[in-house]
Formats: sequence, C-alpha cells, structure tokens
Amino acid sequence: MKPLSNILIKGSHLIDPASERDGKFDVLIEKGTIKKIAPAIEPQNGIEVLDAGSFHLFPGFIDLHVHFREPGFEQKETILTGCQAALRGGFVACVTMPNTQPPCDNQSVVEHILSKSREVPFRLFPAGTLTRNREGKELSEMADLKRAGAIAVTDDGNWVEDSLLMRRCMEYASMNNLVVITHAEDHRLSADGVMNEGIFSTSYGLKGSPVESEIIAVSRDIELVRLTKADLHVAHISTAGAIELVRRAQKDGLPVTAEVTPHHFSLTDELLETYNTNLKMNPPLRSRADVEAIKKGLKDGTIGMIATDHAPHTEEDKMAEINYAPVGTIGLETAAGVALTELYHKKVLTLAQLAEKFSINPAKRFNLKGYGVIREGALANLTLVDLEEKWTVTKDCLVSKSRNSCFLGAELRGRVKAAFCLGRFWNYA
Amino acid sequence: MSDKVIFDEDGLLRTLKRLAHEIMERNAKLEEISLLGIRTGGAHLARRLQSLIEEISQVKVPLGILDITLYRDDLGGAASQPEVRGTEIDFDINSKIVVLIDDVLFTGRTIRSAIDQVIDFGRPKSIQLAVLVDRGHRELPIRPDFVGKNVPTAREEQVKVELKEEGGKDKVVVRPRANA
Amino acid sequence: MSGRVWKRKDLLGLKDLEAEEIELILDTAESFQEIGNRPIKKVPTLQGRTVVNLFFEPSTRTRISFELAEKRLSADTVNFSTDISSTIKGETVKDTAKNLEALQVSLVIMRHPSSGAPHRLARYLKCGVINAGDGINEHPTQALLDMFTVRQKKGKLKGVKVSFIGDILHSRVARSNIWGLTKLGAEVTVCGPRTLIPRDAEQLGVRVTTNLEEAVDGADVINLLRIQLERQKESFFPSIREYAITYQINRDVLKKAKPDVVIMHPGPVNRGIELSSDVVDGPYSIILDQVTNGLAVRMAVLYLLSGVKS
Repeated sequence: MKPLSNILIKGSHLIDPASERDGKFDVLIEKGTIKKIAPAIEPQNGIEVLDAGSFHLFPGFIDLHVHFREPGFEQKETILTGCQAALRGGFVACVTMPNTQPPCDNQSVVEHILSKSREVPFRLFPAGTLTRNREGKELSEMADLKRAGAIAVTDDGNWVEDSLLMRRCMEYASMNNLVVITHAEDHRLSADGVMNEGIFSTSYGLKGSPVESEIIAVSRDIELVRLTKADLHVAHISTAGAIELVRRAQKDGLPVTAEVTPHHFSLTDELLETYNTNLKMNPPLRSRADVEAIKKGLKDGTIGMIATDHAPHTEEDKMAEINYAPVGTIGLETAAGVALTELYHKKVLTLAQLAEKFSINPAKRFNLKGYGVIREGALANLTLVDLEEKWTVTKDCLVSKSRNSCFLGAELRGRVKAAFCLGRFWNYA
Repeated sequence: MSDKVIFDEDGLLRTLKRLAHEIMERNAKLEEISLLGIRTGGAHLARRLQSLIEEISQVKVPLGILDITLYRDDLGGAASQPEVRGTEIDFDINSKIVVLIDDVLFTGRTIRSAIDQVIDFGRPKSIQLAVLVDRGHRELPIRPDFVGKNVPTAREEQVKVELKEEGGKDKVVVRPRANA
Repeated sequence: MSGRVWKRKDLLGLKDLEAEEIELILDTAESFQEIGNRPIKKVPTLQGRTVVNLFFEPSTRTRISFELAEKRLSADTVNFSTDISSTIKGETVKDTAKNLEALQVSLVIMRHPSSGAPHRLARYLKCGVINAGDGINEHPTQALLDMFTVRQKKGKLKGVKVSFIGDILHSRVARSNIWGLTKLGAEVTVCGPRTLIPRDAEQLGVRVTTNLEEAVDGADVINLLRIQLERQKESFFPSIREYAITYQINRDVLKKAKPDVVIMHPGPVNRGIELSSDVVDGPYSIILDQVTNGLAVRMAVLYLLSGVKS
C-alpha cells in the first residue's frame, strides 16, 4: 500500500469555493494530512516539493455514478481497476451503482465493495438497490444497506415502473436518510431503441428511443417527491424536457437534484452515423437542442453535478453489432478533460462552478463528510489539474480494464496531473 | 517529334474499299458472312464496311457490335475500369462466317476476348479478322486475315484512330508517347 | 458518357452515393441486360474470383439473385447462411472478416439483422462489401433495381411520382429508395399508418401521408412494402383485416390512379393483404420485371466493384 505522503505543493492556484480561496497558495501535507495552506510556505526538513506553479488545485473530485462491475463481471472491471481509473481521472471518491451480480441489495455486497476499496486505498460510497434484486417488485432492505455503508438507493439501469412501489421506496428511503437515485426511463416507450429517436435515427436506419421516455419517468418521480418529500436525484439527465421539470421542481422547493455525464453535454446523436458501438449508451446521445439545454441547466444550477456513468464493457462485448452491443461508455479518465474543453474553455462554466459540479455539490447532496472542501487538519483529498495541456484520447490513456470510451480520438484541452486520495499522492505528471 | 500520318480521309476510304473487296473475294457466298465490329473504333469501321459491301454487291450483310469489356483479362488491373456499353448481336451466328473488325491490332488480347465472346453466342463456321492497322507486338498467336496497313511501331508509341463518327475528321496517326 | 469511373470499394447504401454514381450503376446494368438473352448466359469477367454470400438472416430471393448474378459473371461463389442467434455470442464480425481475408475472397455480400453491420465489416476488410440488407437501414441493390425498373417503364426518374405504401418504419427497401430516388429528382410519397412512419420522415425530402387515396392520386409508380404479420402483435395496427381494408391496393383503389400507373413490390407478396391477387397478376404489375432486372443490376454492381483496385 502507498504510504501517506509528505509533500509541499508549491505555487498552485487553489480553486476552493467552500473556503473562498481563489488564488496562488502553497499547501503543506504531512503524513497525508493538510498541515498548512498559506500564500508562501518554505520547505523544511528536506520535504519533497511539488512545483505546481502552472497547475490548479481543486477539492478532490467525486463521481456519483460508476459501474465497477464487481462482484459478477470482473472481466469488465474490478474495484481495483475501477479505482485506478478514477484516480487517473482525478476522482478521489465514487458512488458505485448496484447492478452487480449479485446486485448490491444486501449488506454483504456493500461490505465486499468497501473492503476491496480499502486495499487501494480509495473511498467508495456504495449505492444499494431500491428494490430486491433490482426487480421492481419488493422493497430492498434499506436500513440494513444503510448500516453497512450504502449512501443512496437506486435500481440504476431499471426504472421502477410500479408507481405504488416507487412511492413506498421513497417513503422508506427518506425515513432512512437515503437519497433515491432514479434511472428515469419508461422502458416500454424506449422499447429496443439503440439511439435517440429523431431525424438521425430515421436517416441511419436505427431504432430510436424518444426523449419522452425520460421526460415521463422524471415527471412521475417528481410528482411522487411532491407526495413523499423524499430526496430524489435524477441520474444522467439528458433531455431538455426533463431538465425543465427538474428546474420547476426546484423552484417549488422540492428536494430534487440532477447530474449529467460528460458525453451528454458534449456529443450528439448525429455521431451514430458510423454505427460505433462505443456511442451506444443509455440514455442515448441526444440532439443538439438537448445539449444546449444541458449547458443552460449546468449554468443556471439546475444540474448541480457532473457524473461519468463509467460503464465498462469488454472489447468483445462492444464488438457485437449495434443492435446487440451492451450500452455504456467508460468516462473516468476523460471527464475532467472533456469538462474543461467543453465547459470551461468554451466559457459555459467558471472554474469555481466546475469545483461545485465535480466536488462541492456531490459532497453536500450525499452528505459525504470531509469532501468538497480543502481544509487544514483534514486528510488530503485533492485534484491537481493542468488547464491547458492538449492531448488526444487513445486507448493507452485509459487505465480502466475496458477501453470502451466514446471519446477515443477526441482532442482535449486540460488534464489531471495528480490526485491526493486519503492522504496518498498519485502522480501523473 | 510530331505525329506521323498513316491515313488521311481519302486514304482511309480507299483502304476500306479494298478491304471490302478482299472480304468478298475470300468469301464467295456473301449470305454466309456477318460482320462484328469491336467497340468503339471497330464498330464504326464495321458499319462502313457493311455499306461498302452493300454498294458493291447490293447485299446487306448482318452487322453486330461486340463490347469485349466483360471478357478482358485485366479487370481491376487496368489504369481505369472501362465502362460497359453492351454487345448487340441480333442474328444467329451458328454456321456463319464471322468477320471480326477492329481498328488497331496490337497485342492480340482484344481479339482473344472477342473470339471468346463470339463462341459464347454460338458456333460459327469460321472466324476471320479484319483490321485497319497492324502495328505488331503480338502477345498471342493471332494473325489478321485482312490488313489495311502494316505499320511497324515502337511499343511506347500510340496509334490514334480518329473517325467522323466520333465528331472529328477521319485520320490515323502514329504518335510518340511523349506527346500523347 | 465516357470516362465515368466507379471508385468505391463497397456498396453500403444509397445515402452515401452521388447522383452520378447511381446513374453509372443504372447505365451499366442496362448493358448487362442483354446477357440474359444470350444462348450462354455467362461471361468470364469474374473468372477466378471468389464471392462470399454471407447471410445472417433468412433470405431466398436476394440470395438467389446475387448468386445467379455472380455465376453469370463466372465468379466462384460460397454461401454462408446462419441465424444470428448462433453467432451473437460466438464469432464476432471482426473474426468473420479476418477469416474471409485469410481465404483471399474478392467480394463479400452481406445481409445482417443489425443496421450498420456491413459498414463495420467493410472497415475491417480490404476487399469490397455489398450490403444485401442491414437491419432497418438500407437494401441498396433492391432500391437500384426498383429505380432501374421505374426508369425502364417511365423513361426517366426526374419528376416521376413514386408512392411507397406500407410499413415504412421497418423498411430498408423504402429507406434506400428514398435516398436514391430523391437524389435523381423523383417525387417520393410515403404512406402508411402513422404508427409505421419513421420520425421526422419529411426531413428526408418526401411527402408523408396516412391517406391511401392521396398516395395513389397522381402517382406514376406505386411501390408496396411487405407488411410483417407480427407487427400486429406489437400494436402497430389493430388487425390484418383493418390494415387490408385501409391500405390494400386493389382494383377499386386503382380506379382513382393514373391509367398508366405501375405496381411494384419487393416480394414476397402477402396476397390479399397489401395487394389483392388480381392486381398482383394484372396488367399494372411489373413485379416480375423487378426480379429480372435485379440480376442485371447486381451484375453491374459486382462488375463495378471488382474493377476497383484494392
């Protein structure tokens, strides 16, 4: 195991809205703990110095939506490789989705995930299932899941179609202080669509899944929040219509939040022309208008968080034809680069806003203590970023066990150079 | 170096008349003869020979057009894929004397293709070959029965046949490759 | 006329082709028609070349037509037909491609139930690929033979009014025809129940209607699409009976059509459903001309693709 680090980060530009720091600071880390943050700290006792004069330092990034596939699909990803991919992308904590085999619907799977992540060490926050075996028929044992360490419940990949059951889930989850994460999709309506329904699905001869599938699901879930007052978090929101519903719900004071993935704010359905299975995901890439609505939602705060929906699949899985290939793209290693390229350099969001989306808001929403702020006396969880480095995404850049990135070949501006996770230094300079 | 003229308009006409006579002399029974011109130049010459023979003998011998593209042996290897224009033979060639007509005889490969194609249409009594220019350099054991003119050439030279039917004047020249 | 050269390694769809390329195929096909009338219906053009017919979906007509076209060009043909379920978890398209490459085949004809499968195969292969139908995407040679037949009967394509009737949503034939016909200036109408019209179809440059009379009125050509009987179970229409009452082309409906209208169908016909038997066998029908022309069109495509240097 990596030792706790002793290091002086020199000259980096701190972006830490929570402590209202935005400027050049030195950060001294001793035995993994942030000892001192000051404009100038002299190195003493021969401590290692990291010259970070051209980099920006953020509170450690948190990814609210990853699939680490363990237990059950270790050929796609393991907790170890998933955590390594997360670190390479500058993430210091992740929320794992429960669609494993067996699913994370009982305490032993939660414990397995936590114990594996401690070996890295890395901080995982498991989400448990909303219903037993993700079948949408009975409540899962949420209190037990919570006791074991789950911080949220979701049937990600499935939407609970039974509205009565969903009401009970929300009531029961809120009693246990668990956030309900919804994978909002009316499966009957999206049927066997492989891409967004519209002129491009028509023109490429691929079955489409309409935006209404998401809008209807989000709409019902919000109405149930009105009824139950449960904490609802909409995963990977992708449509203008659903964003508008979330915006109105927030205006009404309902505890509804939303996350978006880097691919949904940067890519459109037009790209499916090549039948590239790495572009097959769920929800599918949407239209240009939806991408604009997402950017607006990020800007005005309706969408408070960015999460990758890192969904590894082996090359063989993705080699299948587009009708049969599994859905999903990996995203941990590229998320910060894509966000900087598409949101910061194109002036959609400021660096402070990016810190909110990647760290502060996720920490607040899921009550992740010790995250989302850079504080003296705390274990170092930090992300060091070069805003300007230009790089091309190739398979060699990927650390994940799978290589199914929809961004292969993309040219990005901005890259993670190092991460401090639980006081350990991961250097990618 | 400039073009060397082999035939002008008059020369071509005289030569075609001679060829018409030779074909008729060789084949006493005119009703047995049919002409097959090889696209594109040979087809035009065959049409002219057909009317010359008709002028002389008052007999209109059947005329067909051969497109040998599909019988070439260099598909995908030629500089560019030739366009297929179609073969037109609307008479029975079985037991007929078929006279193949082409403008320039060079390697002999075109004639090989043409013979193969004719045989797919039936079993002629015999196949004869009439060419306007024989420039040598044969790669196959093929020799013409009727020749307008033997023109010794260098391999890299070009024999250009320009005909009225293609919108120009009748003219046959030898062109050095460098000027092509 | 002269100097037109085919440059593509593959024929994957009409969406990607220029109008001139489509015309070159149609003109070339015209020259191939005559071979069918010869005593020996065979030319040596593709002698010594191997063409593989790779069918991951059942097909009789298209496969026979391709095979015959290949044989008339003297190619050696190999047929590989399989149900997708047996390959779905086994050999990938990439492995299939590598195997074919190792066998040094010259051309691959591929039919696959997933849209885009031939496009991916083509990317893996140095040799040419012809799409013989992919999912609900394209069936270019069918559309080409349809266009060839329309041109043969109407003398032109520009300004010709062609109406497609039936399941447009799941029809690769309709999709390829729409791309090709609109590129060559024909006026295309698509007609069927609203449930079977693809989203934003108007944006492809066609007129969309759910009213059969509107589609028939003024049409020079009516091209029927086979209605899959399973669609009824998926609630695309309430019953075969109602579909036939609303959308069948029969003698009564044709009374309102132009006197020189022609009826086409890619086959196989559901007699009594999309088309009444008397119309199938009647004077308007040019369904068998389509079949005959299919050979010439496929020969032309095989010829053109074989001439491309790899």
